[in-house]
Order: sequence, then C-alpha cells, then structure tokens
Amino acid sequence: MIILLMDIVLFLIGFYALVTKRNLIKKVIGFGIMEYALNLFFILVGYRVEGQAPILSQNNLIGDIFVDPLPQALVLTSIVIGLGVTALMVSLCIRLYQRYGTFDIDQIRRLKG
Amino acid sequence: MNGMSLIVKRVTRYTVGLILLYGIYIVFHGHLTPGGGFAGGVIIALSFIHLVLAFGIRSAKKSIPKRLISIGESLGGLLFLCIGLIGLTGGFFFLNFFAKKGEPFTLLSAGTIPLCNIAIGLKVGTGLFAIFMALAVFKLTKEEDKQ
Amino acid sequence: MLELYLVMAFMLIGAVVAVGLRGLLSSVIAVGAIGLGLCVMFLLLKAPDLAITQLVVEILMLIILIRATIGRGVSRIKDRSSVWVFISFFIFSAAFILAASMAIKELPMFGQELMKVSKFYVDNALLKTGAANIVTSIILDFRAYDTLGETTVLFTSVIGVLALMRRKGRKKINERDEPDS
Repeated sequence: MIILLMDIVLFLIGFYALVTKRNLIKKVIGFGIMEYALNLFFILVGYRVEGQAPILSQNNLIGDIFVDPLPQALVLTSIVIGLGVTALMVSLCIRLYQRYGTFDIDQIRRLKG
Repeated sequence: MNGMSLIVKRVTRYTVGLILLYGIYIVFHGHLTPGGGFAGGVIIALSFIHLVLAFGIRSAKKSIPKRLISIGESLGGLLFLCIGLIGLTGGFFFLNFFAKKGEPFTLLSAGTIPLCNIAIGLKVGTGLFAIFMALAVFKLTKEEDKQ
Repeated sequence: MLELYLVMAFMLIGAVVAVGLRGLLSSVIAVGAIGLGLCVMFLLLKAPDLAITQLVVEILMLIILIRATIGRGVSRIKDRSSVWVFISFFIFSAAFILAASMAIKELPMFGQELMKVSKFYVDNALLKTGAANIVTSIILDFRAYDTLGETTVLFTSVIGVLALMRRKGRKKINERDEPDS
C-alpha cells in the first residue's frame, strides 16, 4: 500500500505546480505530471504478483496466471489522448505569448482586449 | 531553419529508412507482439520529424506537399469507420466478421484486427506530423514578419 | 519489489526538481526524466505495450515543449502567489490524503487481483478472435467503440492546433490569401 500512497504524493506535486506557479509553462508541466501519476495508478491496481505479461505464445496457451489486461487497454488510449491535449495547450501558450509578450498569468489577466 | 551540420545530414540519410521500416513492422505485427497501431503510428511520425529537423524547414516545405498529409489523415479515419460499419449489413457492429480466423500465431490471422491497425497507424502518424509542421512553420513566419 | 520503490523514489525526486527549478529548459528536461522512469515502471509491472507507447509519446512531448520554451530563457517572473493560495492548497491536500487512505483500505492487497471481469477476456481471446496479443484484441475487437472515440479526440486536437496556428485570420473575405495550415 505504500506504493499507492507514493503515487498520490506524485499527483499532489503536480497539482501544486498547477495551482501555485504563475508561469504558464510551469502549469503545463504540472498538468503532465498529474497525468503520469494517474496512468500509473491504474496499472498499479491491476498487478498480480506472479503474473506474466498478457501475450500468449506457443508454450503457454491457457491456464497460466496473467496480469490484468483490461486496465492496460484503457491506459493505452489515455496516453495518446494526453499527448493531443498537451499539444493543444502548448499552441495556446504560443499564441498568448505572441499577443501579450509574456507568460505571466497575472499580467495577462490585467491586460484586456 | 537551415538544418544541422554535415555529419548529422550524412547519418540521417542512413537511419531514416530504418526507423520508418521499424514503425511499419510494429504496426503490422500488432496482433502477435506488443505494440499495435498507436505506438507504430507515432514512430512513423517521428521518422518524418527526424528528416525535417536534420535538413531544415525550408527544404522540407518544398518537398512534402500539404495535400498528401491531409488526405492521408482523413483516409485513415474513414477506413477505420468503414470497417466497423460494414458489419451493419449482417446485423452486428464493429465485430470481427470473418468466418475463419486463420491459424493463430501467423501474420495472416485474426480477422479484421490487422486492417484496423493499419488504418489507425496511418491516421495517428500523419496527424502528429501535421501538428509538428504547424508549430514549426508558425515560428518561421513570425521571424519573417519582424524583418 | 524493491526495484519498484527505487524507481518510484527517482520519479518523486525528479518531480520536485521539475517544479522547483527556475529555468524553463531545465524543468522540461526533468519532465523527460520522469517519463523515462515511468516507462521503466511499466516494464517492471509487466505491461510491454504501454512501455513502447509511453517512450515514443514522451519523445514527441519533449519536442513540442522545447519548441515552446526555446528563446525565452530563464523566467524572470516572480512565482510568489499570495499566502491564501498556499494555505488552501495545504488544507485541500490534507483532506485528500485522508480520504484517499480511507479508500485504499477497501482495495484488495497490492498484488492479489480479483479479476472478475478479465477472466472472460483472458479465457476467450484466442478462441474468438485468433489474436495472440490480449490487449490488442480487447481494444480492437471486444471494445472497439472506445477506440473510435479516441480516434475522434485525436482528430479534434489536430484540427484545433491547425486552426490556432494560422498566419492571417479570416476577417476580410474578399481579400483573403490562403491560411498557412
């Protein structure tokens, strides 16, 4: 159980960067760390101690102990979606920098129009 | 903007073909070994990005046409959708409708799964390459506007 | 089991370094190190599909993040938010850890999985689909509708980036040269 708590601490470190920092790129970095922690949590829950990777081969067809394959299928989708979302966030940051000349979110909030 | 030094260009000529071949291998053998459409598609996109980074954006803009990339991405998505909808004629949806699935553990097996892998690999690869070109070319025009 | 704890400690140290440093380029390199540690964790937890995907996606994310930070150098922005932000963050994180530890007690022990739903997938993957990779047969045959949704999300994000990075907007319709997409 200790390892699940360490994973939650990683999530909270990412959340700290998202909430407290004023630089936009630091917020994007914090978002990425949160996403790593969440993907890892799913795989940690679905692990069996003497299990094998869920790939069948010629000599072990059925009857062996496998690691849970369902969370792996869901996390595979989630990793690629995270890449798309990060690319969209970075392109928003580049546009904001071109318009306002700074990455600081307090300055951007004060300059209007 | 202008690409990198001579050593990098020389080595890139030899490695780009190998990376593309590895990406296609992972897409095709997605039902036998770990990998699948998503990882293979990203590797195909990385091989083209490697080419652009080594030789510069200006020479890449001339040689890769924009139409091809957008057609490739739309074609991948439409192919995946059509494979799913064909089953509607028989009463099921997104099901593996081939009657005999072939011998297990060979390349031509598992029904529609290799076809879906190819469609997804094409779509993800061209889509991510389009994202990279949009971000890189934007910087080029910003510098031109300033001069 | 010991190596799981070691790699996890490496990721925690990397996260603290990435959040605390002032230079933007150094933080991005630290995020790359965390991603590499995550790839090794996936290999130790017997998930080879995910390890390959995480490695190549991490490389692409580093390229995109470096594109945003190059030329902008060390951030001269003072990161001192007001005191209320820190206090509310600590209160929230204390409540979160309390609730999470109460919820984790309900889960089965780490390593003894119940596998009520996956028993069907593991037993029937080779018979019904003929594929040797169980994860591929789940995402492309048993649950192919989810893959359709994920394809749509990726397509939307590509369209979003291409729409944001235009050189000239669509203001004047009669004198409009082609957008740089």
